[in-house]
Amino acid sequence: MAEQQQQLTSEDIIQEENLVFDRTQLLTDNVFHYCPGCGHGVAHRLIMEVVEELEVQDKAIGIAPVGCSVLAYNYMDIDMQEAAHGRAPALATGIKRTMPDKYVFTYQGDGDLAAIGTAETIHACNRGENVAIFFINNGIYGMTGGQMAPTTLEKMKSSTTPYGRNIKQMGNPLKITELVAELPGTYYVTRQAVHKPGAVRKAKKAIKKAFEYQKLEKGLSFVEIVINCNSGWKMEPVDANKWMDENFLPYYPLGDIKVPEKK
Amino acid sequence: MAKLQGRIVVDTEKCKGCGVCIPACPFDVIALADNVNSKGFHYAYMKNPEACTGCVNCALVCPDAVIQVYRKKATA
Amino acid sequence: MGELKLMKGNEAIAEAAIRDGADGYFGYPITPQSEVIEYLAAQQPEERTGMVLLQAESELASINMIYGAAGSGKKVMTSSSSPGVSLKQEGISYIAGAELPCLVLNVVRGGPGLGTIQPSQSDYFQSTKGGGHGDYHLIVLAPASVQEMYDFVELGFDLAFKYRNPAMILSDGAIGQMMEKVEIGEQKPRMTEQQIKEKYPWATTGKTPDRERNIITSLELDSAKMEKFNEKLVEKYRTIKENEVRYEEIQCEDADYLLVAYGTSSRICEKTVEMARQEGIKLGLLRPITLFPFPSQRLAEYAQKVKGIMSVEMSSGQMVEDVKLAVESRVQVEHYGRMGGIVPSAEEVLQALKQKFL
Repeated sequence: MAEQQQQLTSEDIIQEENLVFDRTQLLTDNVFHYCPGCGHGVAHRLIMEVVEELEVQDKAIGIAPVGCSVLAYNYMDIDMQEAAHGRAPALATGIKRTMPDKYVFTYQGDGDLAAIGTAETIHACNRGENVAIFFINNGIYGMTGGQMAPTTLEKMKSSTTPYGRNIKQMGNPLKITELVAELPGTYYVTRQAVHKPGAVRKAKKAIKKAFEYQKLEKGLSFVEIVINCNSGWKMEPVDANKWMDENFLPYYPLGDIKVPEKK
Repeated sequence: MAKLQGRIVVDTEKCKGCGVCIPACPFDVIALADNVNSKGFHYAYMKNPEACTGCVNCALVCPDAVIQVYRKKATA
Repeated sequence: MGELKLMKGNEAIAEAAIRDGADGYFGYPITPQSEVIEYLAAQQPEERTGMVLLQAESELASINMIYGAAGSGKKVMTSSSSPGVSLKQEGISYIAGAELPCLVLNVVRGGPGLGTIQPSQSDYFQSTKGGGHGDYHLIVLAPASVQEMYDFVELGFDLAFKYRNPAMILSDGAIGQMMEKVEIGEQKPRMTEQQIKEKYPWATTGKTPDRERNIITSLELDSAKMEKFNEKLVEKYRTIKENEVRYEEIQCEDADYLLVAYGTSSRICEKTVEMARQEGIKLGLLRPITLFPFPSQRLAEYAQKVKGIMSVEMSSGQMVEDVKLAVESRVQVEHYGRMGGIVPSAEEVLQALKQKFL
């Protein structure tokens, strides 16, 4: 039988010394402009938690994309640049090449990285730039109102595929993460998610590696983070995460795709 | 034997009531309030605070980083 | 007197970049300017000064590498020729919008489209009127010799950093390819990170506790704030127009007629002036060195004195519009141009002058 437990009051528990989770200081006080339930906020938070834990705020330079996260620099309390659509890996290259001791990362959506910026993505990966790419995949163009993205699944509806993506007409959903893993310039390639506590813990570890590996100068770290776009998918946030588990993740399975060789 | 007891503090003005924290909680602690904040969102609150262990799962998945978690060991 | 060297125009640009202490060159090959990156590659600037050299996957990528490095306060440049410069326009617009300094070289070839690889001056509009989307201007320098190709690298960088604005050297295939003697300057040191932090406090060098985070962006969603920013740019261009106009006057003092020409055309027009003078025609040449800002004021003064002005360009007539705007119909303005990569001869320019005015 369970022993009789002392039942603490809220006043007992809510004390400074008992605080076990707080918003990282490296997120600004600005309220995210993202839709309720959108995973961008979690991804932002994890990156800033890692920068805080590694104590590299004074060496971190981030590149925001064009897309929903175009204003990422409003939330991350580090030096940032805002790129033209798809060109973030080129900016990152320019920064890292001229300042090799910095921790440089791009934060890009699927339209930005896998459609208009495909060339910049592939070549930054292939050159083995010592930067991190955080690739947020929600299978849709969020900011412009839910149009088809290169990552939109077959038969998935969007505002430009209102009857579902027809592969014959629109081509196949692009697994660009698997593609860049084939390039010798990538050092670490992984696909993560942030919709469940366990996934968030793993995603943070992956983000941390992507920062730490920059010191090794062995190539580019590419971390895909799958998130829901509940507005674009036209679902409630919790339902969107469930739909993601059932439909999106089977096509884009989570886990490491390329890990550094152990010697 | 010690048991962990927790509490969460939600920044109710910044909470958007997305509800993602609710299924993340293993002990069914959280619900959305009937009340709304100034932006009209039904914010998250502890409907069942005694069940909270301070596991931080809700805070991990919170898209707006508006949950603080406190945890304390209760002795028998 | 510094060291003298026989160099191609494109090589002079490259050597000048190293000697001026540039931090990086990011480019993509295209005729007739590939010697810039080839010369740099042979020189191994990483070894000489630590200057970064990178051949990008495209003009788009190279101009955006410039954006990134310039945003961090680095002295960086790119070069291309007409079709490639068209591709760079997106990035140039963002760089102008983010108010970043950088240097872009255009060794112009004939167009439109793929056009020809022969020299042309048909990118005047693109260079001086903005080029990409939105209200902005580049500072545009027009070299007429290999020496000026060399000298304008330093001048271009200086102006770019002074005004936090992209600068362009608008050359052409003839000046890029021709060889002349060049006086080479001393090697200047590259700036240290500490110097950059002190001199360019806006640069993204990593947020330290003593300052707010730096954000490099061209985005402003609030219309009222965006208009304020546009007005700030307009004010900057007005200051540039006031302070940075450069031109050369050749036999203008007593001129009855005036040629206006830049770059390769101005070299030909110098000969035309000599020939005309031998025939008793009082001809002068005004050579704009800065195309933006344009020497409008000076031309307006000549409009009171001369009987006619002829703009000579290797284009269908682009700069002539600025000449007309400057003189406001107070004097007859004509255009003579050749296109398709053809360089006019001094004789045919003189012939054209006679036909139009005498």
